[in-house]
Amino acid sequence: MTYGNLSDLEESAKRCRRRIIDMVYTAQSGHPGGSLSCIDILAALYGKTMRFDPHNPDWHDRDRFIMSKGHASPAVYSVLREIGVLSDEDLSGFRSMGSVCQGHVDRKWTRGVDFSAGSLGMGLSFGLGSALAARLDGSDRHTWVLLGDGEIQEGQVWEAAMAVPHLDVVNITAIVDRNRIQNDNFVSEQMGVGDVSAKFASFGWNIIEIDGHHMPSIVNALDRSRESSVPTAIVAATVKGKGVSFMEDNPAFHGAAPNKTQYVTAMEELR
Amino acid sequence: MTGHSEPGASRDGYGDALLDIASDERVVVLEADLGKSTKSCHFRAEYPDRTFCLGIAEQNMAIVGAGLAEAGRVPFASTFAIFSERAFEQFRNGIARTGLIVHLCGSHGGMHTGPDGSSAQSTEDIGIFRTLPGVTVLHPSDRNSARSLTVKLLEHRSPSYTRTVRNKTAEIYSELEAKNLEIGKAAILRKGTDAAIIACGVMVEQALIAADALSEGGVEVMVIDMHTIKPLDLDAVLMASETGAIVTAEDHSVIGGLGSAVAEVLAETSPTMMRMVGVRDEFGESGSPTEIMTKMGLTSDEIIRRVNQMLTK
Repeated sequence: MTYGNLSDLEESAKRCRRRIIDMVYTAQSGHPGGSLSCIDILAALYGKTMRFDPHNPDWHDRDRFIMSKGHASPAVYSVLREIGVLSDEDLSGFRSMGSVCQGHVDRKWTRGVDFSAGSLGMGLSFGLGSALAARLDGSDRHTWVLLGDGEIQEGQVWEAAMAVPHLDVVNITAIVDRNRIQNDNFVSEQMGVGDVSAKFASFGWNIIEIDGHHMPSIVNALDRSRESSVPTAIVAATVKGKGVSFMEDNPAFHGAAPNKTQYVTAMEELR
Repeated sequence: MTGHSEPGASRDGYGDALLDIASDERVVVLEADLGKSTKSCHFRAEYPDRTFCLGIAEQNMAIVGAGLAEAGRVPFASTFAIFSERAFEQFRNGIARTGLIVHLCGSHGGMHTGPDGSSAQSTEDIGIFRTLPGVTVLHPSDRNSARSLTVKLLEHRSPSYTRTVRNKTAEIYSELEAKNLEIGKAAILRKGTDAAIIACGVMVEQALIAADALSEGGVEVMVIDMHTIKPLDLDAVLMASETGAIVTAEDHSVIGGLGSAVAEVLAETSPTMMRMVGVRDEFGESGSPTEIMTKMGLTSDEIIRRVNQMLTK
């Protein structure tokens, strides 16, 4: 609950975008496209929605956030920097030996990271476990799971999607970053995922479809999902590489770092 | 503990243990539609609020366990040994690597499971889970030891894989003897200086039968129940090596299992003449446990043959 209004959140997201580009450029490796597509959502979660104490990231009764597409780690690190859990120095070590900012998010290395991802398809299962634990604890803490739309090709995602409503788990929200691009190419080319909303709905999820870059819609959807009496899947239409013109909608920047010229251009655009 | 003196299968010991530790509120039980088989069903009947069936979805079950563990619960998840292999990468990346403590039990392990045939006869499970850093691997030999070792997992500070078996086997330990077992410390069941048999699971009974028969012929062999495959009890292995002839016996592939674990240690410390009784790189088939174990060479006779082979060298 750091930021009072929407324009603060938007400014926060912009700062995070700059950090994402910085990290990937400095490391000369990493995944900028899918970090930029979900960063507005993360800025809203950590800046407003989530019950989280930056001074005590290990607080037992905090909301849990699971970045299931673990390669979008720069988004997580940039927002943890935004709220003061990580430092600029931490971020500058991204992907280098000994850094707290491992290539993929890792709970053993980074305070404030709840699950070690990087192998796709596991985050919603972990979130289900977190949500069941909250229920057993009698706590109203919420679990937020961010999934990629390429990631949902993994069958385990649907094992979990089936189980959440079946077990009457309501204190969980799945957010699908529908940026339509995966490692090799567009999702529709690699393996079409069909109607994502209908799939979740068929198992009993409440569906909210939003523009994943429109801050008022994001904040509203997150608030509504917390109050929902059934689990909510937010399907967020996003643009891969959002905010950097030559990265937008470009499969080449799923997992590639900008060169020096591109870096300068990107930082200009994100001023 | 409540009493269960009748013979049973090691999977019954798992079921007994879950009830023994149920009063600890941290304990949660996860199932994948095989609770009646793995014997978590008894816990479910008493504690439905702390039992979650994830359907036939082992990968999900494993990582749901990780999520529960992160929030302070101690999950005990079970399925058939063969299907635990389906969740191997989840166990690797979501549990072992994360340092979260989830206990996975694979029942119906090995050729001993019998008539279902080769699709159900896991002979790789111990080998693959043993490769994971920091993961404890157990394979108890009877109901009482399975019960005692599972109870001890409650305070164990590592994730674990435990293989149990479907069919009833002889009682190796009284309840009292079983309570004294410790994870990571092998049990010396018989002393002898001519050779040593290091066995696990259902082959412990075969090892004892073999030792009796050898003794009648004047050969005294040490018998060790290596119920903990990892971390391996190095002192026990070195003690066995002092006899100069070791047979390992397991209802598991000789590639990667107990025999491999013992050989790995001895090769670097005390090279010792060894023979491995186990599955020789092949799949099984339908048959009664006795039939298939005989066909695969998983018998006391095979152990005796291997001991004699070394002693006549």
